[in-house]
Amino acid sequence: MTLFDDYLLLLLAVVTALGAVFVRDLFSGVLTLAAYSFFLALLWAGLGAVDVAFTEAVVGAGLSTLFFLVALFLTSHQEEVRKQLQVRMMAIGSLGILGFLLLYGSVDLPVVGDPKSLPSKHVSSHYLRHSLEETDTRNVVTAVLADYRGFDTLGETTVIFTAGLACWMLLRKRDDSAT
Amino acid sequence: MADIILYRPHFVAFIILFLLGMYIMVVSLNLVKKLIGMYILQTSIILFFITLAVKKDSTIPIILPSATALPPEAYANPLPHVLMLTAIVVGVSTLGVSLAMVIALYREYNTLEEDKILEKMQ
Amino acid sequence: MIQPHDSVIVHTLTRVITPIIQLFAFYVLIHGHDSPGGGFQAGTLFAASVILPIIAFGIQGSLIALERRAIILGGIGILLFAGIGLLPLILGGEFLNYGELPIPGMEASAKRHWGILGIEIGVTITVAATAVSIYYSLREHGEGEEK
Repeated sequence: MTLFDDYLLLLLAVVTALGAVFVRDLFSGVLTLAAYSFFLALLWAGLGAVDVAFTEAVVGAGLSTLFFLVALFLTSHQEEVRKQLQVRMMAIGSLGILGFLLLYGSVDLPVVGDPKSLPSKHVSSHYLRHSLEETDTRNVVTAVLADYRGFDTLGETTVIFTAGLACWMLLRKRDDSAT
Repeated sequence: MADIILYRPHFVAFIILFLLGMYIMVVSLNLVKKLIGMYILQTSIILFFITLAVKKDSTIPIILPSATALPPEAYANPLPHVLMLTAIVVGVSTLGVSLAMVIALYREYNTLEEDKILEKMQ
Repeated sequence: MIQPHDSVIVHTLTRVITPIIQLFAFYVLIHGHDSPGGGFQAGTLFAASVILPIIAFGIQGSLIALERRAIILGGIGILLFAGIGLLPLILGGEFLNYGELPIPGMEASAKRHWGILGIEIGVTITVAATAVSIYYSLREHGEGEEK
């Protein structure tokens, strides 16, 4: 995946994100958001993160768009135009400062693609070396997710279950007002 | 700072998307538009982490049965992938709960604009 | 308020595609060891194969007829996950150490292999049940009369 491909996909992602937020009709915005998710999934598959790309394409572009569309069906989908110049100026100002600080800080980040950068040392190389003999699993991401970091996955599954429970509790019909 | 834009455009794109998400969350008065901004914010952070996991001339972190075991520098770093899998799924759960709250608010006040809801609540 | 779609193309395609999605979901779940995949993707694909007939045919087109109680399946998935993790703890090892599961005649790495598959099944059940339950909760608000 050459740098040109990265450029192209990043540009497409940024353009579709800008398109998703600067439209009035929320339906179009949500569907452009699905296109944004797909471009991000393509970018991650190109960068070597195939599991993340698969999950983003299924969960991000599929499930979140579905939830948005159902919510928009049941509510209104036209946004009203409002002029609030002062809030916008303050937001642009403070976010501009934040952006400059982030750019300034990103000079020290490792070069993209450096195999000896700091995130690739220590534990990660141990996982890559020993996952096949210790867990008989060829997909290292699955081995790390389910075995080496299985506790995080248990917590994540609990979060998903709690979210489903919360949605159910928020939207059920109140049959009697006592509960 | 010019080499950031030329050779590491991922970080510039991350900053743009992050700030765009935050701007929309702060400025927009429509609740669903705020949630669109939140989603863009979350995916921009995932972009940042995946960029940290890239290695030059590397392949996906799946050990194929054909070749002998390659050294760890030949595979992409799997640890940020695992963390980002969790992040994506937790993000969509948060989105589901937020949309349930938006629908409950609409059921009560019949509008999706934040300032009108605040007026009606007085 | 959400009407079932009354186009022949949508109905026919839904009838054809739904079993293919389910088969693909099974494939992704079981091949999570050797190819990209795993629990979360498979669970969402299962949920898609349940949600698609509901979108196309209305609430009577659902495959499982228990969307109201689908969240209970989510709890069963977590119990499966935590149960597989608790078994080694009870038998003297550590929590979530699949190498100490009480399966006779397997070495530790094979036990981890099957432990990983077991918890991926638990994760799939939970994610699928939660996705269907959230969709049904989001939709139920508008469908007050049709139940």
